[in-house]
Amino acid sequence: MTILTRRALLGGLVAGAGGLVSGCDALGQDETFRSILFKGADWHQWTQRALTDRNALAREFRPEQMSPVFRTNGTRNPNTPTYNAQAATGFVDWRVQVDGLVARPQSFSIAQLLSMPQRAQITRHDCVEGWSAIGKWQGPRLATLLDAAGLSDRARYIVFHCADRYAGGRPYYESIDLVDAFHPQTILALGLNDQRLGVGHGAPVRLRVERQLGYKHAKYVERIEAVADLAPIHGGKGGLWEDIADYEWYAGI
Amino acid sequence: MQVRTDATPVTDAAPAPNGGSMIRKHALATRLWHWTNAVAIIVMLGSGFMILNAHPHLYWGDYGANFEQPWFRVAWVFEGGRIPGWLTIPSTYNLALARRWHLFFALVLAFALTAYMIAGLVNRHFQRDLAIRRAELAPAHLAHDVREHLALRFHDPARPGAYNILQKLSYVGVIFVALPLAILTGLTMSPGINAAAPWMLDLFGGRQSARSLHFIASIAIAAFLVVHLALVILAGPVNEVRSMITGRWRVPQEKQP
Repeated sequence: MTILTRRALLGGLVAGAGGLVSGCDALGQDETFRSILFKGADWHQWTQRALTDRNALAREFRPEQMSPVFRTNGTRNPNTPTYNAQAATGFVDWRVQVDGLVARPQSFSIAQLLSMPQRAQITRHDCVEGWSAIGKWQGPRLATLLDAAGLSDRARYIVFHCADRYAGGRPYYESIDLVDAFHPQTILALGLNDQRLGVGHGAPVRLRVERQLGYKHAKYVERIEAVADLAPIHGGKGGLWEDIADYEWYAGI
Repeated sequence: MQVRTDATPVTDAAPAPNGGSMIRKHALATRLWHWTNAVAIIVMLGSGFMILNAHPHLYWGDYGANFEQPWFRVAWVFEGGRIPGWLTIPSTYNLALARRWHLFFALVLAFALTAYMIAGLVNRHFQRDLAIRRAELAPAHLAHDVREHLALRFHDPARPGAYNILQKLSYVGVIFVALPLAILTGLTMSPGINAAAPWMLDLFGGRQSARSLHFIASIAIAAFLVVHLALVILAGPVNEVRSMITGRWRVPQEKQP
């Protein structure tokens, strides 16, 4: 029997792995294959929604369990003339417009959002990259705004339009369905760790949707639009990262 | 302590098949699962390594990010701090596409393993072939099996179709420990599952601990894969691969010690 040398064996394994990987690269670019592969996220979403409690709460932590430093990511400063002017005046003129499929389109100032019943929650933020940070978020429930505006029966998604621009000037946006929109922990955060939200974390207001990954937590929210269909909005996939990089729309996975 | 040697075969109902004869070795369920799982494992390892590249540090506990001290950095192993492209799917940096691969094949891996576990219990493959007997764990028996492996003798001529103890330990370790650990810690990284089943966070000590254990399980599976492939090559790749396709395996000619 031929005794294989370790070098030959290792070389064979490396070559085999290399061949597999280049084959996978070709498959990953094939439209038909991608359309099947991308169904995986739908199946995860369907299974989660079918088998788990839709109102289950994300874990909340005690103050001593918080991250000592809560890092920033994504856009750290929109740095547009309009945004900088708002930031210079402490966002006194910032408005969050609620429109689309609602009975009473209206806009809310930060002072109005602060005067609504507030929810504070110490939760874990999970970036799609893999890291986690625990912080205390505070703000009104999204449900309070949607109820004030009178959501239409035809609305199926809530879209968040943001002031930051990404990837060559594209507006950041995100969307969630009504299960997450009316979830008790889904808030428009105005504060982090008992201070007003800083620019790096999305000042003056960002979405917290605690059962999904970080890219869903839209920062610098200017407009909240109720829609029946995501297809007509920007790239049609329900969010900037979904449009430009094919991240999953449902980020509870 | 009774030590099995080639000269004193353990009692077996059927007479030992002769070297060179063909025996039925792998049930259809085993063969179907083996190849499904082989594809899933390779995709999960490759895409998992790419996902790790997005944040190549590992932590213990609930949280962990750039300001925390990691217990492991990819940079300690690979220059540049990224797992190289020949080990990742896709080969160039693409977290989104790696997640697509990973999340799709996670379902394949988990449901295939569940189906195989049910089949293995029903057709008694686990009880018959993988059950570890106390005598097999005796140090002398283990030492004997290690010596036999080093001499490239993998089969007991008295029961050539049976698994030896090192095989049993590694198969049991992969099927009942490493793969379930990888699947459960993978689920524990999902924020949706975290809300629905917070007990899983407690079981693994927090999301970042689950992420670390997920990596450790994947390295154990990768190590199994490398040793498994090496032993298939050493044991005779044509006969071994054919047996996992057709189910029929040729009993090796007995080698003189």
